[in-house]
Amino acid sequence: MTELFLSGIVVWLAGAMASLALWRQPSAARRVGCGTALGGSLLVLVGSAAAIFSGSSAGISLPFGNPVFSWAIRLDPLSAYFNVTLAALAAAVSLYSFGYLRAMEGRRNLGAFGFFFNLLLLSLALVFSASNAFFFLVAWEVMALMSYCLISFEHEKKGTRNAGVLFLIMSHAGTGLLLIAFLVLASASGSLDFSSFHLLASRLTPLQQGTVFLLFLFGFGVKAGLVPVHIWLPKAHPVAPSNVSALMSGIVIKTGIYGMARVFFDFYGPPPLWMGTLVLGLGVASALLGVLYALMENDLKRLLAWSSIENIGIILMGFGAALMFRSLGYANLAALALIAALYHTFNHTMFKGLLFLGAGSVVQATHTRNMERMGGLIRHMPVTALCFLVGAVAISGLPPLNGFVSEWLTYQALLAGFGTTHSLTRLMFPIAGSLLALTAALAAACFVKAFAIPFLALPRSEEAADAQEVSFPMRTGMAVLALGCVALGLGATWFVRVFDPITQQALGVRASSALVTARGLALSPGTAHGGTISTVGIALFFLLAGAAFALPLAMRWRRRSVSGPAWDCGLPGLTDDNEYTATAFSKPLRMIFSALYRPRREIQAEYEVSPYYPSAIRFESEIEPTFEKHLYDPLRQWIMAVANRMKGIQAGSINLYLAYIFITLILLLLFGVRA
Amino acid sequence: MMARLIENVAQLFLLLALAPLVTGVIRTLKARMQTRRGPGILQPYRDLGKLFGKGMVVPETASWIFAATPWVVFFSTVLAGLMIPMVAADAPLGLFGGVLAVIYLLGLGRFFLALSGLDSGSSFGGLGSSREMTISALAEPAMMMAIFTVAIGAGSTGLTEIAGAAIGQQWRFLAPAQMFAFAALVLVLIAETGRIPVDNPATHLELTMIHEAMILEYSGPYLALIEWAASIKQLVLMTLLINCFWPFGLQPTWFGLGAMEGIGWLLAKLLLLSCSIVLLETVNAKMRLFRVPELLAVAFTLGSLALVSTFLF
Repeated sequence: MTELFLSGIVVWLAGAMASLALWRQPSAARRVGCGTALGGSLLVLVGSAAAIFSGSSAGISLPFGNPVFSWAIRLDPLSAYFNVTLAALAAAVSLYSFGYLRAMEGRRNLGAFGFFFNLLLLSLALVFSASNAFFFLVAWEVMALMSYCLISFEHEKKGTRNAGVLFLIMSHAGTGLLLIAFLVLASASGSLDFSSFHLLASRLTPLQQGTVFLLFLFGFGVKAGLVPVHIWLPKAHPVAPSNVSALMSGIVIKTGIYGMARVFFDFYGPPPLWMGTLVLGLGVASALLGVLYALMENDLKRLLAWSSIENIGIILMGFGAALMFRSLGYANLAALALIAALYHTFNHTMFKGLLFLGAGSVVQATHTRNMERMGGLIRHMPVTALCFLVGAVAISGLPPLNGFVSEWLTYQALLAGFGTTHSLTRLMFPIAGSLLALTAALAAACFVKAFAIPFLALPRSEEAADAQEVSFPMRTGMAVLALGCVALGLGATWFVRVFDPITQQALGVRASSALVTARGLALSPGTAHGGTISTVGIALFFLLAGAAFALPLAMRWRRRSVSGPAWDCGLPGLTDDNEYTATAFSKPLRMIFSALYRPRREIQAEYEVSPYYPSAIRFESEIEPTFEKHLYDPLRQWIMAVANRMKGIQAGSINLYLAYIFITLILLLLFGVRA
Repeated sequence: MMARLIENVAQLFLLLALAPLVTGVIRTLKARMQTRRGPGILQPYRDLGKLFGKGMVVPETASWIFAATPWVVFFSTVLAGLMIPMVAADAPLGLFGGVLAVIYLLGLGRFFLALSGLDSGSSFGGLGSSREMTISALAEPAMMMAIFTVAIGAGSTGLTEIAGAAIGQQWRFLAPAQMFAFAALVLVLIAETGRIPVDNPATHLELTMIHEAMILEYSGPYLALIEWAASIKQLVLMTLLINCFWPFGLQPTWFGLGAMEGIGWLLAKLLLLSCSIVLLETVNAKMRLFRVPELLAVAFTLGSLALVSTFLF
């Protein structure tokens, strides 16, 4: 098992080197880079999937290093689960990249791309499996650097460079927090091994416990896109090449989720109640703000990036509930909430990967990310449209696809929470539940827009009218993920078994047998008389009804149908000027939530004869970036002010600098001798 | 297994047959309240029959989404209808999903309706889709609050269990928590079925249209399917409401003479609820679109009060 996993890692490493060596031959570099990425993914997929079911936590340590800084990896069920998630997405993205990168041949250095891409996959796998804090942080940094290189890959545009730098700064701030947290733990255990951290955090003093928790929460939260440390995400994810965006939103942000799962359920025992409450609250805030900002976007990829923040919020709601149940002593309910969160993690990887790949195809066909310049693509790109539709239905949480299953599990966990305590805290659960309902409904509105505006009605630009379906490998990559969404929805009762080893390890209970009822047909929340759902049953109903009634009747009615123009309000023919736009679609919500958005709009009309007959109109509309304006701008100004003060010590004289070094040395020696 | 099948077929038949009647009764009652004669309670059947016999015009600009939508809407609504207890407390397809699945199935239908509204490229469709998705999103938290209240009382989201718990305490609907939840759900019902003061089902006036704007391009059999599905959705939501709060007359099974009694009770309760809806529609004027959020905020407040009352009383 571990052998397969390791050989996958070796394949990625070899692929990185080989594609770098081939940088002068773009076509060969593309094939080798994508081929090794695909091969390595398949090996890791099989190896990790086997590791989940074998139940053992195989560990291995590289022969160099020293006892403190050991290069140790361990594939315990949690690690293996995230590696499966990674490998499933990476395989589809690699397939897609075969076709996607072809357009870049000769224009960009594909050798370098293959190098960064394979190393990113490798570092992700190591982040998910490192079992030593030092090694973990090394892999974490490699991942951040590779992400930076890939985000900035199309670096001619200023926006891309700025987004890359913002990502790098925030990412390092997060790593700084993690470093402190790990050092606190290490000084308590005397080792950097994760095994020595097991349940350790709960033995610290309450103050330390709380501090370490917050450091980990926000350190990992930066990577996950947790509100309020999310601002880099909607800027950085859209500017990357689309196959990279799929990886970034699909799996790189999940490293934050993995880190939190590791800390919350491995390093901590039952935590104090406030921790779970905080995570639940932040989850609700992220989910709601994420989807509200997603709705206002007309940039297709930025819309998807905001929606990632929403889904991270939903995952954190599960984590928060699990933590609260753990502090209240309900292991079974904690398992239910944890399963909901981890299920949603996998689901989000599938559908967000799919949607970003779909967006990549659309952007490649129309050369724009602006939805107002798209339209009618379903006629020219039928496969892309169908795959994108599957992703849109899945992410809106509609039955019978996978998003519905994990959201249903989350509702069940929140519902069960009300009975677990008599304090006022229990009001948190139903309020979170109703805000989850609001989030899900807004997400449906958001994805009606994200599908309908680009794919339906009339083309809004010449590029959209002349769009071509994308190449076969790209279609295959999307189709694989679309099938994944269907399978994870219909196979829910089978899939929940995967979580048994994880909940066993984290909480000491195996929940799947209680979750599956009616001979594997239906899913239940595991409580007596809890209510069931059967995605298989729902899908079967649609299939049977469709085959028995819809098809034959549609055939008959077709003979009686004629094609005609749509109602154009008496104007001479319907053109793309009459169509409802993306901005117009979200206008009611922009007005209703104007307290949050603070929209600003400006209309200037030019006229020659009379103001009633304008010859040109300029329209500008924007919403206020709340967090940047009220949180990050003051912070930036403060940092600049402090930096200005500190300029005084930096006089440029070498003698002065030597004196600084000398003083530092003395201080360190004094400190060292005293210790 | 066989018994289940018969139950399903019976409830399916009842759903399909009863839904246009409820629409017809509401329309006639409303006409009488306004001292008009009205077209008679059987008019919706005649409309459906006529539409099914007609040809149809499909917009040139529409894609396959336009043709798929009526079926998705119809089937998802019917499936939701089979998951609720109508005559027997035992929902025939309760295994497939409870109250959450019902809401999300109706959501699936709405998702596709909104897509089809945008599909033809006509600006009316987009207008309707945008408004429909907005209003339904705002109705969702209120609905979930009320449902949480009911589900917490029953300890389940399964509708068989919820109806069962209601039968156990027939007069529980007089408890403050249940009354608040009921009021919240009535407001949500009005918003979800597109009735005054949120939407006016009887108008084709551009400023006020929501649901009608979305389906403006449909004609013939597809329009019939969508209209039928809309009546079924109304019946489903009304039945859900009355059977969760007033469980009187719910039978243990679909079999035997009891079923007749159950249907009688169902009809009586539906008539009562229809009368209240008609009264609400007649004494209220259609609201401006941007006043609707206030109405739904009231519903949310009622839902929250319901929840708080569950542990105060």
